[in-house]
Amino acid sequence: MEKKKGGFIQWLDERLAINALMKIMMTEYYIPKNINFLWSFGVLIMLVLVILIISGLFVLMYYKPDAKLAFDSVNKTIMMDVEYGWLFRHIHAVGASIMFLVLFVHMGRGIYYGSFKPPREIVWLTGYLLFILMAATAFTGYLLPWGQMSYWAAQTITTLFEKIPVIGPDLVIWIRGNFIVEDATLTRFFALHVVLLPLLLIVFTGIHLYAVRIVGSNNEDGIELTKEEKKTKGIPFWPVFMSKEFFVMSVFLIFFFYLVFFQFHFAMDPINFTPANYLQTPPHIYPEWYFLAFYEVLRGFFFSQNLGLIAFVLSMFVAMFLPWIDTSPIKSGNYRPLYKIAFWIFVADFVFLTVLGKLPPTGLYGWLGFIGTLIFFGFFIALPIISKIEKKQIERGGNQ
Amino acid sequence: MAEEEKVTRRDFLLYAMGGWAAIGVGASLYAMYKTWEPLPEVKAQATVKFDLSEVQPGELRVVAWRGKPVFVLRKTPDMIKCPDRTVKDEYTVVIGICTHLGCIPNWEEDKKIWHCPCHGGEYDACGRNIFGPPPRPLAIPPFKIEGNTIVLGEEGPEYKKLMKG
Repeated sequence: MEKKKGGFIQWLDERLAINALMKIMMTEYYIPKNINFLWSFGVLIMLVLVILIISGLFVLMYYKPDAKLAFDSVNKTIMMDVEYGWLFRHIHAVGASIMFLVLFVHMGRGIYYGSFKPPREIVWLTGYLLFILMAATAFTGYLLPWGQMSYWAAQTITTLFEKIPVIGPDLVIWIRGNFIVEDATLTRFFALHVVLLPLLLIVFTGIHLYAVRIVGSNNEDGIELTKEEKKTKGIPFWPVFMSKEFFVMSVFLIFFFYLVFFQFHFAMDPINFTPANYLQTPPHIYPEWYFLAFYEVLRGFFFSQNLGLIAFVLSMFVAMFLPWIDTSPIKSGNYRPLYKIAFWIFVADFVFLTVLGKLPPTGLYGWLGFIGTLIFFGFFIALPIISKIEKKQIERGGNQ
Repeated sequence: MAEEEKVTRRDFLLYAMGGWAAIGVGASLYAMYKTWEPLPEVKAQATVKFDLSEVQPGELRVVAWRGKPVFVLRKTPDMIKCPDRTVKDEYTVVIGICTHLGCIPNWEEDKKIWHCPCHGGEYDACGRNIFGPPPRPLAIPPFKIEGNTIVLGEEGPEYKKLMKG
């Protein structure tokens, strides 16, 4: 039996070099020991992605991408008629929400421990692109149930393009395929959501994982290990790291399915159970929680729509350039007292903006949103200054 | 010279193939771009004709234009006057979308105002914001006058005159 199996593996190896591939990707990809549980979120993202693809496939089998049929195909066919249809819908909706939770933690860990710094720029860039793609996937997917909130979210966000000089108004009509969000918009968002965006997500996930195997994982201290040190001081990704990861995944899945079965309402806005009506705006439009901070930046400049729009675009993309904004040679936030303070202010501000995003943008809330927005960008303005101070300290032979 | 010619031959093939491929890619992109254009039946809705004489004095009609409601109000002499926002001396023609957050205001016959149910904004019979959060008057859609008929979606001289004033 043993021999036969080895025989097949060897047969395969001679044709596909799977042993070499397994070594690079799994058994000889060494993870440092000085990491904490935050390093388990990358694999959790993979887990949620797989959950989203599988649950998405099953709701896709009954979904109808047509303005006349979409709402009923979701809220009647899938939710009431298809056996366990409700389960797959709730998994898909909760999964989308939780995807952003694990993404934010994963990215936050990367920012705090300087995982975007050389030599990991490609890891950071591909990862950030994955975040943008995931945001686009969530946005296009949100239109598909064709409820009031779906409809007006798409209407509002596509209207933003109107502000682009010269081509803006025509561009909006082109994106929608109509003067308003209509059947054409629904069907093209559907095509993007189920084909193009998932495909890009998978391709860039592949590049992201490959890149991290070339440069290796960062660690709590931000001190690189040499190739020799990795072998003696690190643990192989497979089976040692993953054996721990399986425990984290199990705990995570308990939490995830608790949400799916008992708390799914947080991912199901009640307004979205009214069919889309282009002649009636809901009194209060807001995005899902994971976009609220960026949405609040958009509204933060309440006195100027144009400034708000520029700030919104900037807030979505500015972190992509972190490797060139923060040039300090010290990686880990553990050894950067100023950076540590800036980072936690940034995190608190992000939470603050998220809370404000759900409140009406009037009076005091308007001003608080403005201040929150300034602090958000303040972080990125402070980084070059902090880097400069730290470089000077190193020159003077300071710490580290 | 001979050496250069050798390179040129290869370059020529490369540029020929590259150029041909670029044309192909460009043409494909253009075709893809065109598929996202509004369909003919949608484009047909770009302009809407409406007979103004149908409206009785004091009556409000709602015309659907590009998926938006357009309010056509035939004003009576006791209503507020505003030559710079009036079409054909007695009609108020405005897009019925609140300039605050995009809700649709309701006409209140007794008070002769539009009242927005969402955040309490109010507009007078000319569509000017008179109370609440709306930052601007209701927008006037581009129009053209052909006798008693108004064509929404085309810019006629009357519209341009209103916009200047």
